This record gives sequence, structure tokens and C-alpha cells, in this order.
Amino acid sequence: MPPDTTLAAPVALLPQDATLAVRTARRQRRERWLTHFWLLLGVLVFALPIWITLVGSTHDASTIGRGDVPLLPGTHGLENYAAAFATGGSGRFRASPAGLMLWNSALMAMLIATGKIAISLLSAYAVVFFSFPGRMLAFWTIFLTLMLPVEVRIIPTYQVIVDLDLFNPMAGLTIPLIASATATLLFRQFFLTIPDEYVEAAKIDGAGPLRFFRDILLPLSVTNIAALFVILFIYGWNQYLWPLLVVNDRSLETIVVGLAKMIGSGDAQNEWNVIMATAVLALLPPVLVVVLMQRWFVKGLTETEK
Amino acid sequence: MASLELTGIQKAFGATQVLHGIDLAVAEGEMIVIVGASGCGKSTLLRIVAGLETPSQGSVRIAGREVTGLEPADRDIAMVFQNYALYPHMSVFQNMAYGLKIRGTPKAEITRRVGEAAELLGIAALLERRPRQLSGGQRQRVAMGRAIVRQPKLFLFDEPLSNLDAKLRVQMRAEIRRLQRRLGVTSLFVTHDQTEAMTLGDRLVVMHAGHAAQVATPMEIWARPADTYVAGFIGSPAMNFLEGVLVEGGRAVLLRAGPVLHFADGPRAGPDGQRLIIGIRPEHMRRDPEAGLGLALDLVEPLGSETVLHGRLPGGEALTAKLHGAVPAAGGALRLAIPAAELHVFDAASGRRLDAGP
Ligand SMILES: Nc1ncnc2c1ncn2[C@@H]1O[C@H](COP(=O)(O)OP(=O)(O)OP(=O)(O)O)[C@@H](O)[C@H]1O
Ligand SMILES: [Mg+2]
Repeated sequence: MPPDTTLAAPVALLPQDATLAVRTARRQRRERWLTHFWLLLGVLVFALPIWITLVGSTHDASTIGRGDVPLLPGTHGLENYAAAFATGGSGRFRASPAGLMLWNSALMAMLIATGKIAISLLSAYAVVFFSFPGRMLAFWTIFLTLMLPVEVRIIPTYQVIVDLDLFNPMAGLTIPLIASATATLLFRQFFLTIPDEYVEAAKIDGAGPLRFFRDILLPLSVTNIAALFVILFIYGWNQYLWPLLVVNDRSLETIVVGLAKMIGSGDAQNEWNVIMATAVLALLPPVLVVVLMQRWFVKGLTETEK
Repeated sequence: MASLELTGIQKAFGATQVLHGIDLAVAEGEMIVIVGASGCGKSTLLRIVAGLETPSQGSVRIAGREVTGLEPADRDIAMVFQNYALYPHMSVFQNMAYGLKIRGTPKAEITRRVGEAAELLGIAALLERRPRQLSGGQRQRVAMGRAIVRQPKLFLFDEPLSNLDAKLRVQMRAEIRRLQRRLGVTSLFVTHDQTEAMTLGDRLVVMHAGHAAQVATPMEIWARPADTYVAGFIGSPAMNFLEGVLVEGGRAVLLRAGPVLHFADGPRAGPDGQRLIIGIRPEHMRRDPEAGLGLALDLVEPLGSETVLHGRLPGGEALTAKLHGAVPAAGGALRLAIPAAELHVFDAASGRRLDAGP
């Protein structure tokens, strides 16, 4: 007899299955609520300080001076921001105008990020694609510098900068921060994943080392470069110790340092409204970079080059 | 004048000798297939010709020009890689044009040549696409196109079909052959697939552990393999090897399995008692219910028009036979004859082929 292949007639949901379905739905609802609760809590914890700063920057000095923490925007926003941007406020701890400091910070962060990327691309290129005597030594030396961040080598670096007469100009501010082991390692890892056949195909096509770098390696690295640029720009933007040490010319002051200088210690009378406005201004460029570059590397990610 | 000439090519990586002196002369327009088991040095040889690897010894001449010390780009060659190595960020057009662009070919000329090659390969509609938007077969064509636009003296292929599915492989194989004939460009083609080798090559180089075991036309290699390695490598199912000794003044062999076979093509030079290996292809075995050797079957593979039988001879030696039509497998035994005209005789000690004496 051939096997019976007719379908069983549809049967109504069994009572115990109906209970199971109801229970599953209930559990899913409960889990959804729980997830959202935690997410909202997280958002609150991170967003509240920013909100308070934002709101604080729109009140007048006396409101905040009284010790209130307003949660709704006030009406003095424009004048606070204008004061912060143009003069740095009139408080006891005079600061440079935020406009100037923003420019300095942007220039510094930009130089650091591009410098780091340029140097690390080239050093990773050398370490991965060329065999020369001392290649591994070079690699390990770069690797070792990971253990020597600016803070550790700050005194010798300071001495070097002073001896080279780079104290004060932008060069002294950025050059010591540019040499970068992290970025070199990152690019090295990426370059190692590039198949040898590309190199060989390029050789047969007649592309020399620089041509290969420019025409093939760079375009393939775009996504990595974009991601790294964001990280390094923010790294540069947030530099505090080194600029504090190496800059004593007000016209070169960066915003992170300037912001800290605006805040007096103890029970000093601080112009909190202007300080908060400056803080908000200091936030904007990194946010802008993230937003702009995000577009870029999301595009890079969706069009994965393989 | 030979279009490609290799003399005494040796290559060692550190202490390991990979190539032991390869000599090869390739005529203008010839398609040479280098075939051999994995790791025998096929790719290394090809890369030495391409200039991607420098030989430890020996010289490479392309179209009469000594190129041993030259860069790949200066050798007038083009190479198709196993994974195609198309630049992922460039369009098909740019991929094909890149080499010409670097050489400073005028724009109009580039466009014309790429257009022609694309037309020839049937990828004219794909020129604006990126490699990742192409199927495997299309990528393969682009890789071919990149080689063609260069108008090189020599094409080099390193297993270009091994990433394709079986059907496409057969199709592309035929296409490559047609194209190569049409363009008349001397070619070296590396593969480990013997069907590919037999169908593509004007001549084959069968490589074995860094030596060229035999260089000859496919039919010659099939009909007169130079040694037991080549004999076992080419042909499917593989040739049977039976042990025996030379008897009757070189006119016959006494098989370990029992019978004495008289050589149809004349006596072999050698002392009686010399140990031999007799090769016989499975498709040459014949059924012979009366006088044949008894084969105890242990596997029968019906292929439709043919049947492949695996079994053991009385002496315990394994034997494979390929017979026409269906074979009743009942009883588990079969009597088979070994036609004397189809024997391949090898010296057991050296593995070299022994031909009938002059
Ligand atoms: N750069 C290298 N350094 C050291 N040994 C190598 C190198 N390249 C190849 N070899 C060795 O040389 C031998 C031959 O390699 P080759 O790539 O020529 O083999 P092949 O015949 O192409 O094999 P396959 O069919 O697997 O591609 C192998 O044993 C391999 O390990
Ligand atoms: Mg290979």
C-alpha cells in the first residue's frame, strides 16, 4: 500500500495550546516593557547632564548662582552664547573667546587626526608590504610605543619641544601627539587581509609601490580611514594635559583647556551660564564630525568592498 | 624561434627545493597545460615565468628576449589569477583599463581596446559594474578581458576555473580554448584537473615533485606515459599496476597474479627476472569467461553506458575494470582478460617506461 500522503483535516487549537499561546504573548509583552525600561533609564542617565547644561546655558547668571538647577529653558540663551563666543564672559576667571578656542581646537584635532592617519598608513604600508632588514624590529618598536602615551613621556617630550624651539606654535602642540601606534596596528591588521593577488595583479599591470598605494590601497582603506578619523579627531579634540603644558599664549588656547580655566576653585563666583554655553559649543564640533563621517562610513559599510 | 623558453629553472624556498631544473620550449601560439598534484610546484613555475618569483637558477626567455631579471610589467605577459584579483573599487572598465592607463596608452586607444575585448567576451553591458555585482563566470570573463587588452606575448593562467561550478567550468574551458586559438597567443595554463588538462592543452607538462615528469601531447601522454607516476595520474579511473618479472628473453612477463603475457610490440631489453610493473588501463580490460583471470568483486559502479568494477586478483592485487554496458554482478566474481596489445611496461626499480627494443 502506498504511504498515505493526504493532509490531516485542520483541527481547532487545542485548549492547552491556547493557554500556551496566551502565556507566550504575555511574556513577550513583559520582556518588551522591561527592555524599554532599561533603555530609557540608560538614556536618562546619559542625557540628563547634557540637558541640564543645555538648559543652564539659557538662564542668567543669578538664577544659577542661587543654586537652582532649572530643568526648563530660560530666556537668556542668545546673550549667553554671544558672550561665550565673542568674549569668553566677564567673570573673575577671564577666558579667551570661545570662537577663537574652537578654531584652535578644530585645527589641532584636524592636524592630529590627519597626521596620525597619514603616518600610520605609511608605516603600516612599509611594515606589511615590503621586506627590508629590521622590518620586525621596526614593527615591535612601534608596538612598544603603545606603552608610552603622552602622559608617561611628557617631561622628555616637553624638553624636546623646548629645545627645538617649538614651544607655543601649533607644531609643538600637534607633532608629539601624531606618532601613533594604535592606528599603525589597525592599518597593519587591515593590510594583512588584503590578498597578495592584488599586489601581484598590480605588479603585472605595472603599478609601482606609490601607485599601488594611491590607486588600490587607499581606496580600499577608505572605510577604515573614515572610522579612524572620527576616533582620532575626538582624541585630538579632548587633549588636555599637553596643550595645558605647552601653550601659554592665549591666542593658541584650546577650548577644553579654556573651559577648565574658566572654572575657579572653591567658592569662587563662576559665571556658570557662560561656562555652560561654552561647554555646549565645545560639544558641537565632535558631534558634527561624528554625524558627517557616520554618513560616510555607513555608506562604506553597506557597499562592502570584497 | 620558441615563444617561451625555460632552461634549468630551479627554485628553493630556504632549504626546501621546490623546482629541480625544468626545461621547456613553447612554440608560438601553443597552449601548454601544466598539470600535477597539489604542491608539486606548478604555481611556483608559473610565477617564475611571470616574474613574481625569482628562480634560484635557470633562465626565462620570452619571444627570444632574456627576461629573467625583469619586472613582471616589463615582460609583456598577462596573468589570470585563481580568484581573479579584480580590484574591488574599480568598475569593470577601469579594471581592464588600469594596466594600459599606467603604460600611458592614449584614452581613445584604451576605450577602443577595452570595448573590443568586452565585445569578444560578451561583457560589453557590464562595463560600468563593480566586480562584486558580477557572477563568478562574469568575473572570470573580466579577468580574461584584463589579460586580453594588454595584447601580451604570453598568457598565464593559474587555475582560473577552479572557483566555478562544474557546468560553468566546462563552458568556460571551451571558451578559453576558442579564445586562445582565435587570438593565437602563447599560453601557460596551470591546473590540477586532468580533464581540463587533456581538453585544453596542445601539450601537457605533467609535473611531479618539482620535476617535469613528461612533456607531450595529451594523446601521447595517455598512450605512452613516461613513468608510473604519469601513468597513474592521467586517466580515470586510474591505470592498474600489476607486479611481474621479465621472462623468455624479454618477450613476456610473468605476472604475480599467475599468467604469462607475451608483449605484442616486441621484446624488452633486460635480463630475465628483472622486476617489472605492468600497467593496464581499466577500459582495456575485456571479459573472457573461459581463459580470463578471476576477479573477486568488491564494488560495482554502474555509470549507465559503462560499469566500473573494483576487485582483487588471486594474488591479492587490486584491479579496476571499466566495461561496456551493464555487468551482472551476481556471484561476486568475473573472469577478465588482459589484452597484450594494451600493456604498458615499466621498470619496477626506476618506474620508467620500457619500450620494445629496436
Ligand atoms: N613563498 C613560499 N615559501 C616557502 N615555500 C613555498 C612558497 N611558495 C610555495 N612554497 C612551497 O612550494 C611548493 C610548491 O608550491 P606551489 O604553490 O607551486 O604548488 P602548486 O603545484 O601550485 O600546488 P596547488 O595545486 O595546491 O596550487 C609547496 O610545497 C609549497 O609549500
Ligand atoms: Mg597553485
